[in-house]
Amino acid sequence: MDLLQLSVEEMSRALREKQCTSVELTRAYLAEGKRRNPELNAYVLFTEEEALAQAEAADRRYAEGKSLSALDGIPCALKDIFNTRGVRTTCCSKMLERFVPPYDAVVVEKLRAAGVVFLGKTNMDEFACGGSTEHSCFGPTMNPVDPATVAGGSSGGSAAVVAGNMAAFSMGTDTGGSIREPAAFVGCVGLKPTYGRISRSGVTAMASSLDTIGHFTKTVGDSAMILQVLAGKDVMDSTTPDVPVPDYMKNIDKGVKGLKIGLPKEYFAEGVDPEIRDSVMAAAKVYESLGATVKEVSLPFTKYAVAMYYIVMPAELSANLARFDGIRYGSRPKQEGESIIDYYYNARAEGFGAEIKRRIMIGTYVLSAGYYDAFYNKALKVRTLIKQDFDRVFKEVDVLLTPTAPIPAFKPGDKINDPLAMYLADALTIPANASGVPAMSIPCGKTSAGLPIGMQLLTPQFTEGLLFQVGRAYEKAKK
Amino acid sequence: MQLTTEQVRHIAKLARLGLSDEEVKTFSTQLTNILQYVEILGEVNTDAVSPTNQVTGLANVSRSDVLHGNSASREDLLGCSELPVEQDQIRVKPVIE
Repeated sequence: MDLLQLSVEEMSRALREKQCTSVELTRAYLAEGKRRNPELNAYVLFTEEEALAQAEAADRRYAEGKSLSALDGIPCALKDIFNTRGVRTTCCSKMLERFVPPYDAVVVEKLRAAGVVFLGKTNMDEFACGGSTEHSCFGPTMNPVDPATVAGGSSGGSAAVVAGNMAAFSMGTDTGGSIREPAAFVGCVGLKPTYGRISRSGVTAMASSLDTIGHFTKTVGDSAMILQVLAGKDVMDSTTPDVPVPDYMKNIDKGVKGLKIGLPKEYFAEGVDPEIRDSVMAAAKVYESLGATVKEVSLPFTKYAVAMYYIVMPAELSANLARFDGIRYGSRPKQEGESIIDYYYNARAEGFGAEIKRRIMIGTYVLSAGYYDAFYNKALKVRTLIKQDFDRVFKEVDVLLTPTAPIPAFKPGDKINDPLAMYLADALTIPANASGVPAMSIPCGKTSAGLPIGMQLLTPQFTEGLLFQVGRAYEKAKK
Repeated sequence: MQLTTEQVRHIAKLARLGLSDEEVKTFSTQLTNILQYVEILGEVNTDAVSPTNQVTGLANVSRSDVLHGNSASREDLLGCSELPVEQDQIRVKPVIE
């Protein structure tokens, strides 16, 4: 049994049936992580001692027949934006290079209670701002499939550890595509659930009306298993509606017969790599052969999503990052200056990287008196139209099928000096965040250069079960 | 829409963000490009459209004012600061002269 190739579902069974132990799994993933990390830079911290202690405890529970959950003893990695009690959490920013949180994020608590083993913290774009993990104070994460290309971002490290067999699954965050785009770049499954489905308490906020928590897995079934543990209302996050959490495995093998799948024409337009377009169209054919009806639909406001996002997101980001002033949170600057104002200037000048500064500047500008209505309020109204696109189209079809990213993984340095080009890589993922609907990226082939291609499935709010059902049907058909 | 270096410096001041002369120059060009790009929203007629601030439909969410089981202690939270702590407060430079 090759432990590194197992899905979480298979691992869970192997643990229950005593075919392997959590310590064996944990050691195998730590060893592979350490072997590949010098090249890939996916982990920014290994928590080996804690991981092995957790694994030993899980093995004792299995021996006594008292396992905590289906995820008990499974080794996972956390994006370095999830607060972990007593373990450095940097958001890959110099601003937080010495920050050790005094509490766990709610997601971390839930995983801990389920018996999950934490291998370490993964690399990301600083404060989750970027599409390539190049904006990390630890340097970029490279793609396990082709280490000459980036792993995407902002959750690049978490994507790379799953595709590179350095963790069984990993946690990430997705504000404009930060789980789905890297999942597409490295060739694994990336889930962005409905806005508010998973508590964000204890996860550093980027843009609060768009931020979601999600995960990377090898399979669709694994994604469902993990959401089962994490979904639900939480009193510590007032944006989590009290919507019941269904059994996500119940209908997962029901197939797609009779389902209506929409192909939004705007997602296949100019700017989408022809090889990516062809792969997703081929996936549509697979669905047809499985008994689904496929039809073209239209989401006419798609082309305004990036512009809307690059007003709303920086506005919220600039407000959220105001707390990093080197006083309550953030590094004390080397040069403190004369006055308290100088202290702020210096703390933020030294602590933030170029992309964060750029976005704080845009956010501050669009929220300033005189520009608020022209930019911010206008963008919020366009957001309404983008959301209404989805409300309307989901009366016509059950699920949407699109490319995840318009381009495959690129080489480091290709877009770093052209912020707008980098922003356009999010063009097909932003609308799901704008409207709050769940979306999942699934591998659907490779380019002629051998780079992974991802397809994106989208369904109405709080119908992740349907997302898994449709995703699993494709996965099974391709096996 | 052209953002001058003077405007860039003013925004940086509002954001309490120290910028080097080099950064001011770069941002003046880059922010201008981004702001020109977002002008595309001007094509959309939003006269009869109300803004979307959030997508949950929730309003006035409240909870009882009790400590969460996993809450950090006062000392732990004060410990997050790199500045000296005195009498449960963080010592900073004078705010009012």
